[in-house]
Amino acid sequence: MKAAPAVVLALVPASLALAIAFGSVDLGPGRLGDALLGRGDEIAREIVWGVRAPRALAAFACGGLLALAGALLQVLLRNPLADPAILGVSGGAAAGALAAMLFGAAATGVNLCALAGAAIAAAAVFSFSLGRSGWNPYRVLLTGVALASGFGALVGLMLAVAPSAQVQGMLFWLLGDLSPAGDPTAALAVLAACAALAFSQSAALDVLILGEDKARSLGVAVTRLQAIAFGCATLATVAAVLLGGTIGFVGLVVPHLLRLSGVHRHRALLPLAACLGGSLLALADALARTVAAPAELPVGVLTAMIGVPVLLVLLARLR
Amino acid sequence: MLAAAGLGLSAGGHELVRALDLSLAPGQCWALLGRNGAGKTSLILALAGLRAPQSGAVALEGVPLAAMRRRDLARRVSVLLQDEDSDFWGSVLDYVMLGRFPNSRSAFGRDEEGLRGARRWLAELDLSDREAQPYRTLSGGERQRARVAQLLLQDTDVLLLDEPLQHLDLRHQAGVMRTLAARAAEGKTVLTALHEPGHAARHCGFSVLLYDAGRASLGRSSDMLTQANLEALYQCRLEAAGAWSFLPS
Repeated sequence: MKAAPAVVLALVPASLALAIAFGSVDLGPGRLGDALLGRGDEIAREIVWGVRAPRALAAFACGGLLALAGALLQVLLRNPLADPAILGVSGGAAAGALAAMLFGAAATGVNLCALAGAAIAAAAVFSFSLGRSGWNPYRVLLTGVALASGFGALVGLMLAVAPSAQVQGMLFWLLGDLSPAGDPTAALAVLAACAALAFSQSAALDVLILGEDKARSLGVAVTRLQAIAFGCATLATVAAVLLGGTIGFVGLVVPHLLRLSGVHRHRALLPLAACLGGSLLALADALARTVAAPAELPVGVLTAMIGVPVLLVLLARLR
Repeated sequence: MLAAAGLGLSAGGHELVRALDLSLAPGQCWALLGRNGAGKTSLILALAGLRAPQSGAVALEGVPLAAMRRRDLARRVSVLLQDEDSDFWGSVLDYVMLGRFPNSRSAFGRDEEGLRGARRWLAELDLSDREAQPYRTLSGGERQRARVAQLLLQDTDVLLLDEPLQHLDLRHQAGVMRTLAARAAEGKTVLTALHEPGHAARHCGFSVLLYDAGRASLGRSSDMLTQANLEALYQCRLEAAGAWSFLPS
């Protein structure tokens, strides 16, 4: 399947165009075209450029960050099941965000508390896994999983004691929801920076697949590489979670979709994962906004609904 | 010249190597023999700079390995590990090309010199027709030969190999040994852990015997590989196997 890179690259403008074209209000092709060109009535222009474009870009940034983090963690932990949630960072962010909601904080407060929770989780994972002899990916995995389940218990407790009026907002946050995303500029900048940094290490990441000792014997500064890549994955996860809550499945499935399509070198896998993750989440978010309009579904539900069958079909074809 | 001075190694509370002095000169092919658990792998990892020894030091041309940058060391010393991860998604050629990492100037663009080298070693190891096949689909012996090809592509002055003949059939065992001996004849330094003294006697001019409790002896294979030494080394009686012992001619 040599066509995979071209398909993924073509999907980027296509998915963004679809995400801008569709929404709870049907603009029709004429008004849509005028608004895209900056002409026509003000309401249509505001819907296209003020609402849908930032939302589509936020979804793209969020999906790209999650897929990039997933691709990095899968090679670092040499575990095909690794995804951004495994670092415990999204669990920490979830616990922070829900605590803020429980005490009635506004959006800024929720985001700050989510950031604080993510920072605590990241600090714990990093301090427990950096031993005297450098990194220990095994400890990263165990610490992350332990923290994630601890935070999961906290989250469950808060759901149980929260007034029922707040529970729906909490559930949307937990399922992944891009409606409070706001301005995507910062997230897109983080995505570009993380992708560039990870890309600069792509040849060394290819060698790391052979194992740490072999990679060292081939001249890779393994500890430094792991620190860079873990840092990159953590930053990407935090940025994604602040944008859209805990959206599952994108980080796990997107790198596998690419590998199953024959993309395995990191210099192609990392940028394509960012593009494919971004496109898929932009599409899923467009669906989440339209299928039950004017209500919105949590986008995390749709990523799972789309991602699971796609991965299973690919697995079956390549048995 | 890769040299160990006063090398002490232990693992799991057992002393494996005590105060070993070993100098591996260009043009020499060394066999490393010993019982299971005698410390062959630990010695190879220490010589490759992948494990810090409990005492003593390893130096390349007088420079301690610990003071060298990984990339510089990787251009001079390569090591075939006993166990290497095998969840590699690319083709056999891609796998072998990873051996170019320390020497490739740019991570991007085609590396024609590397491709020529990779195809040469794939041909030498009888894997030319496997070039485009996914690495994961190779048999155990074919993977082992692909690993050796990757090591040869690294093109270092010193080659350290931990049981390069594992999983190989008789013909390919002899093929790998001949390739290693030819590298030594070109002026490279080779040290390889082996379990078959016949290969050591035929292809390696020098041998290290690792006995229990940290004792080792080393010297010319013709002096070292006597029946008495091998019986002491493996702690069992040996006899000439007569018509049932074969090595490829």
